[in-house]
Amino acid sequence: MMPDPFILRALLAGLAAALMAGPLGSFIVWRRMSYFGDALAHSALLGVALALVLDISVTAGVLAVAVVVAVAVNLPGHLRRLPPDALLGIFAHGALAAGLLLTSLLIRPGFDLMALLFGDILAVTGSDVLLLGIGALVVLGALAAVWRPLLAAAVSEEIAIAEGMNPRRTELAHTLLLAAALALAMKITGILLFTSLLIIPAATARAFARSPETMAALAIVIGMAAVAVGLWISWTFDAPSGPAIVSAAFGLFAVFHMAASMLRFR
Amino acid sequence: MNGPDNSPLLELRDAGVRAPDGRWLIRHVSLSVRRGEIVTLIGPNGGGKTTTIRAALGILPLAEGSVRRDPDLRVGYVPQKLALDPALPMTVARFMRLTCSATKAQIVQALEETGVCARMNAQVARLSGGELQRVLIARAILRKPDLLVLDEPVQGVDFAGEAALYELISHIRETMGCGILLVSHDLHFVMAGTDRVVCINGHVCCSGHPHAVTKTPEYADLFGPAALERLAAYTHHHDHVHAPDGHVCDTEGCDCGTSKEKSG
Repeated sequence: MMPDPFILRALLAGLAAALMAGPLGSFIVWRRMSYFGDALAHSALLGVALALVLDISVTAGVLAVAVVVAVAVNLPGHLRRLPPDALLGIFAHGALAAGLLLTSLLIRPGFDLMALLFGDILAVTGSDVLLLGIGALVVLGALAAVWRPLLAAAVSEEIAIAEGMNPRRTELAHTLLLAAALALAMKITGILLFTSLLIIPAATARAFARSPETMAALAIVIGMAAVAVGLWISWTFDAPSGPAIVSAAFGLFAVFHMAASMLRFR
Repeated sequence: MNGPDNSPLLELRDAGVRAPDGRWLIRHVSLSVRRGEIVTLIGPNGGGKTTTIRAALGILPLAEGSVRRDPDLRVGYVPQKLALDPALPMTVARFMRLTCSATKAQIVQALEETGVCARMNAQVARLSGGELQRVLIARAILRKPDLLVLDEPVQGVDFAGEAALYELISHIRETMGCGILLVSHDLHFVMAGTDRVVCINGHVCCSGHPHAVTKTPEYADLFGPAALERLAAYTHHHDHVHAPDGHVCDTEGCDCGTSKEKSG
């Protein structure tokens, strides 16, 4: 049968999201910052509230708040009084609660909070696809530009600094790219499951990857497969797209790692 | 002695580094490394050798004093530890290109020099301690550095390999003409292969040209009488304020081993 234009748009948008999520997510896994991804994603609700108040686009509101959070969390250690994991936990849940509170106070009739939290394929428009496609390519290009120093810092911050790189700057760049990815991909995965679209394909790819680059590339392919399967589930059973995609990714993760264990490949 | 093209590649002046709790890890440390020179840091555990190296490389901020590195300085660094996250897949060959690009032939050659070419396609996380050290040294050499900095480069390497690696380090200095700054516990290499020894125990205890390090009381305090017997005489060249030029150091001013602060 002919694919519906709805599902075709959703698929294109989802594939674009997976394209940037694979490499970005690999770095989240390597840098052990999935908590940060969550804090960032949850703060997006504050961005939505901001957009409602200022009557600007939701994407712009989310981007603005995410950039502020990204910079704040990257502040040098001596400006913090609490350990980073405590700060992130507070940020993540505080922002989520405040965002839920504000959006429910400000919400207009017809505004779908569930779509915001869990993604909604039907909400994806033609211009969303275009924006996501171009945005994904820009994010990917920017990540490629800082790839070597970012990877060097993930392997050994000491070596990176000693050999003339600036980990603080490249790590900030990665964080800002995450903020951009969040603003772009929010409609597909929803706020609550954004981080999982980044880390689950990357963690799945780890099972069979032998170098950082193959892991990132494999994460793209796995993410795309999860998007395709998830959208099919979402479409067929009229389920929210975010949970469907993430469940598909989770299934792939289990299969890959079991296969790797059986083949004794690491 | 130091003309325009023999200015130091790296120079620490009166450097001090504090721990987050405010304690001084090192203080009043001055040292310099020139092209073609091997400078070795010795001293007891916890004396601040690694801190000194990290401060010199800009990894740790200075609380006082200054560090000057040649603006175009190309550093090859062998850290004391490498804790690779298990989630990060990394072959030895890929690791070699971590901070610079290199052809496969160049990678093979560097790994051959340290004797681990056979492990080229192995995962870095799977290397033994000694193999990892050899790979780390090969990676640093591959960069063709102006300054090679090695923090206990032969830890975990077997006895025969140790001698071969020290020979390689001396050879690198000769062929590449780079400056070398290293932390070493191998007194034989310190004596035979080093141009200058800097003994660090919170501050610079003594430093000099090691025709033999051994005549100073600080050295005896640090390494014990057994070390004295093993090693021969040494033209001592103190650049330390409290040490008069010569052999004997004013014991009140010399606080090696007690890590008491002396001034400022």
